Amino acid sequence: MAWSLGPIYNAAMLIRKAPDIRYSEVTPKSLYLRRREFIQGATGAAAAAAAALLPSRASGQGGLPKLPNVRKSAYSTTETPNDYDDITSYNNFYEFGSEKDEPQFFARRFVTRPWTVRVEGLVTWQGMYDIDSFIKPHALEERIYRLRCVEGWSMVVPWVGFPLANLIKRLEPLPSARFVEFVTLYDPSQMPGQKVPILQYPYVEGLRMDEAMNPLTILAVGLYGEVLPNQNGAPIRLVVPWKYGFKSIKSIVRIRFRDTQPRTTWAIDAPNEYGFYANVNPNVDHPRWSQATERRLGEFRRRRTEMYNGYGEHVAHLYTGMDLRKNF
Amino acid sequence: MSLLVVLKRVIFAAALLPAAALVYSAFTGGLGANPIDYITDTTGLTALSLLLITLAVTPLRRMTAWNELIRLRRMLGLFAFLYACLHLLTWVVIDWFFDFWAMGADVVERPFITVGMATFLLLLPLAVTSSAAMIRRLGRRWQQLHRLVYVAAITAVVHFWWVVKADFRQPRLFALALSVLLGFRAWWTWRTRASSRS
Ligand code: HEM
Repeated sequence: MAWSLGPIYNAAMLIRKAPDIRYSEVTPKSLYLRRREFIQGATGAAAAAAAALLPSRASGQGGLPKLPNVRKSAYSTTETPNDYDDITSYNNFYEFGSEKDEPQFFARRFVTRPWTVRVEGLVTWQGMYDIDSFIKPHALEERIYRLRCVEGWSMVVPWVGFPLANLIKRLEPLPSARFVEFVTLYDPSQMPGQKVPILQYPYVEGLRMDEAMNPLTILAVGLYGEVLPNQNGAPIRLVVPWKYGFKSIKSIVRIRFRDTQPRTTWAIDAPNEYGFYANVNPNVDHPRWSQATERRLGEFRRRRTEMYNGYGEHVAHLYTGMDLRKNF
Repeated sequence: MSLLVVLKRVIFAAALLPAAALVYSAFTGGLGANPIDYITDTTGLTALSLLLITLAVTPLRRMTAWNELIRLRRMLGLFAFLYACLHLLTWVVIDWFFDFWAMGADVVERPFITVGMATFLLLLPLAVTSSAAMIRRLGRRWQQLHRLVYVAAITAVVHFWWVVKADFRQPRLFALALSVLLGFRAWWTWRTRASSRS
């Protein structure tokens, strides 16, 4: 976070191409006030409590096209979503830089149209799909979900998307398909982070078929009622709210149905630290840090992390009888 | 004004810059979406950088034979300690808000916190004994005590290494710089021993 190249790059871009800046050039007043509250909070408990009680912060205005006919969903949390600015400036998207403030700059010119998604493996309707025709048959819903990062912070994000289950039914997997694998675009000319040997690219994630079919699992194409910003995984990404954020793979170009468990990027990088399941679990610590608490961005005090990120009633049954310490 | 005095003032001002930048950012919304993480990382990185710069003074002095350089060392070391204190305070006050139970658990269970704490405890006696009066009082033992700074620099780099998830470019750079600084000392000791024998 500190000492990243993002701000330098941004300054250079400001000089080169001033009219291109759409958002984050102006800090909204509410945000400014909240930060002031944060500073004061640092000096006393009373102010800290006041900071936590501050009212919700405005709607997101990214200036991106609005998505039409978005329905509300009963699966949404009633918690207050984080600011649009926070959600779009604090991103773990290593393809666009390993510091959280880098993707917002390095993803600016990322080309998301035309975009094709390849469907392959143990599935009836294999093929190359244009992104718009891929999304079109699905009614869009707003899903306001908690997002818990494996690093110990969390946000509340108003995604727009559709249940992955609906897509899977449409594609008609074969009975032998037990897992779904997702792959992010590999294009170092657009994704500067892929030139740096930090992770093995392209990024790969996966779900067991029953996890993929769970009604909570969505493919997101929007944020705050608008088209998904590049740094958040445009044009299409996975969102699995009861798992650590790294499972929710971004900028998907390939969906493959398989009979064996996919090898996923972070589990390849550090198999003792990141597992295939990666369910949010306050009782199983990361080898280097505790997962018992988290910091909700915008809040002063840490809060307790909930089992399955608070989505246990919908997903706990998927894991009955499994040793969650082994299958972390 | 001698060159050294000018240098000293410039370094003094430069060493205050990261703290000033943090305060400025705090009031202008520049700390980002996760201000606590931002402050922790900035103070930690500054402390470590200053620690390594402090360790560079002696090699520089030997190479340039500009002996007065030694008079910059204490100030640099104390600035490193100042940022280590800010880093620790961020953790105690803002991150955990005096939740000593949770912090205790962290120190015991999280190797990277354990090593960070060890680094701080190694630096503490060095800062306390940095005054001229203390140097006089401790005599030879002052030198021996202050060799702890080598251990502290190593544990600080280990602490940084263990914080990082996957992108090891920065910790690798610091580890390399530290190896050069310690390597220089090993080589120097070996050379002076060899020449005193002959
Ligand atoms: C007193 C005990 C210490 C504690 C409890 C502590 C704790 C921490 C924590 C919580 C982080 C942030 C981890 C994250 O971003 O997730 C961190 C990072 C760091 N600390 Fe410490 N620390 C201590 C002492 C020190 C000392 C003495 C130094 C240097 C001389 C130091 C240098 C660093 C560095 C370089 C980072 C990484 C910053 C980055 O990620 O960019 N720490 N420390």
